[in-house]
Amino acid sequence: MITRRGPSKAQVRRERMQAAVNFPLDWLEERSGLVGGVKYFIFRKVPGDINWMQTLGSATLTAFVVQAVTGVILAMYYQPTPAGAYSSIQNITDHVTMGWLVRGMHKWGASVFIILMFLHMGRVFLFGAYKYPRELNWIVGVLLLAMGMMEGFTGYLLPWDQTAYWASVVGINLNGTAPFLGPWLAQFLRSGQEIGADTLTRFYSLHMLVLPGAIAGLIGLHLYLIIRLGVTSPPWSKEAAGEVRADEGSPELRSGLTRPGPRGGNGNGDAA
Amino acid sequence: MGPAEHDRPHLPAPTIGPVGFAVGVVVGLVGLIVNPLWISTIGAAIAVIFLFVWAREATAELRGRHVAAQPEVREAGAGDAPATAGEAAVPPAEHGERFPRSKFLEASTLGLGAVIGGVVTVPVAGFAILPAFLGQRRHEVDLGPVGDLVQGQWYIATFVTDPKEAVTSRRTAFVRNNGAVASGSAQVPSFTIISNRCAHLGCPVQANGPMGKPKTEKTANGPVQLYETQPAGFGCPCHGGQYDNEGNRTAGPPVRGLDRYDFEIKNGRLILLGMYSVSHVDGTGAQAKIHKYQLAGPGEHVVGIEQIFYPLQPPHH
Repeated sequence: MITRRGPSKAQVRRERMQAAVNFPLDWLEERSGLVGGVKYFIFRKVPGDINWMQTLGSATLTAFVVQAVTGVILAMYYQPTPAGAYSSIQNITDHVTMGWLVRGMHKWGASVFIILMFLHMGRVFLFGAYKYPRELNWIVGVLLLAMGMMEGFTGYLLPWDQTAYWASVVGINLNGTAPFLGPWLAQFLRSGQEIGADTLTRFYSLHMLVLPGAIAGLIGLHLYLIIRLGVTSPPWSKEAAGEVRADEGSPELRSGLTRPGPRGGNGNGDAA
Repeated sequence: MGPAEHDRPHLPAPTIGPVGFAVGVVVGLVGLIVNPLWISTIGAAIAVIFLFVWAREATAELRGRHVAAQPEVREAGAGDAPATAGEAAVPPAEHGERFPRSKFLEASTLGLGAVIGGVVTVPVAGFAILPAFLGQRRHEVDLGPVGDLVQGQWYIATFVTDPKEAVTSRRTAFVRNNGAVASGSAQVPSFTIISNRCAHLGCPVQANGPMGKPKTEKTANGPVQLYETQPAGFGCPCHGGQYDNEGNRTAGPPVRGLDRYDFEIKNGRLILLGMYSVSHVDGTGAQAKIHKYQLAGPGEHVVGIEQIFYPLQPPHH
């Protein structure tokens, strides 16, 4: 009989280090399931032939996160009053350390956010990714687009300079020309008959509390639907057309919406 | 893991670590008040030592030491008959509601939730929406003595409608003294007072003509500037709307003429009252026939087929 040698010192050390790393993760996982949840979110399966265009959605999400973070910091220095708004913007731009940078990120990031939303929408449209069963995600995306535009509209007034003021006058009056409820909507937006202090605080509240909260909630729903329904294959996908890749098993093994088979075909889609 | 193993308690053995850590934190916090240097240091030391003890105990199993766990003991009783036999087995389904109370509780939870939601939402929504429509006050504006306005001369008057709102309530009107006009047997002063709010989307309309130095009138609303001007109509810088000297649209996107101010003469001073909208004006000056409508927002039609889109205006002052 051979007595089995114990593990070497290096092995023991490695195992202990692994245990030390795993301990907090296991603690969290046992009590919340969060580690598994995050793994499920990040390492979920996607079609093998997805395209760089399909990163536009996460790019849009990143742009929103940048807007949220820079906006929170700008709110630390900005004063939403007619007397203080413009001078606080000047202070942020000229005197607060790196204020010019954060304000610039927020200002230009706003355009990036809108542009990326449109590119993402175009990709979804051209790939036909809005079709069954993903119609609801298109609808949520349209709501997100509308709210992103409202963010742009409410944020534009906040510098409180001549451009901001008159652009908001025109924008609010444009809303006012909508049939029937337009005049009421315009009066609600300016919180009265004329733009004033209440308009500024109202736009500020909408811009930094109401709309971002709604957008964050809708993004959660948007992502939930993506995870539930899976990423679409590009329209030119041979895989989605039922052609088996060399390194794949039999068509029977292919299943689920992440690897959709041909619709109404031999049932290799949802059978497994 | 079989089901039997779930019956065993999986609790860590009793330990002194967390208690000692808590005591150390408390001593440290009390020490911050009593004697930050010594007592806090002692408290911090106690907390660190017991944190270490706690960590050792918590990771004992990981480090391979056998942890003795007390098996949970249950007393055998009469009620411990197997669940598949005797009275403990699921009784046969009865007809009718088995738990009628649960329906009631469900309904009352939903109802109570709706009541709480309503109680919270109604005042909050009212607070967000109603102030924009209620209590909108009209501000009268004093433009100074009538005698300071030369007959036939146009003035660009800039004034603050609400001194409390300061510069955000600054407005501009184009004023011309048309002289006295016969109204029945009496002579009544006539003024043309045109708002500079463009009837397209509300940008500030400018007088198309030279602008003189300002004359300042001291009034209850603060200083009012009166610039002499000889306008050849009025023009909007935003989208190119053009108007003639009576405020009739001559070109561009506006949907009607320029709004005007009602006025009165009080103690020989010209007082601006509320505004009204104008579709168009026939004639000029004192002889003008003004087609007057309730004040509408910029871009809203007051005549023609499109006026049906704006049947109900929000409360105006």
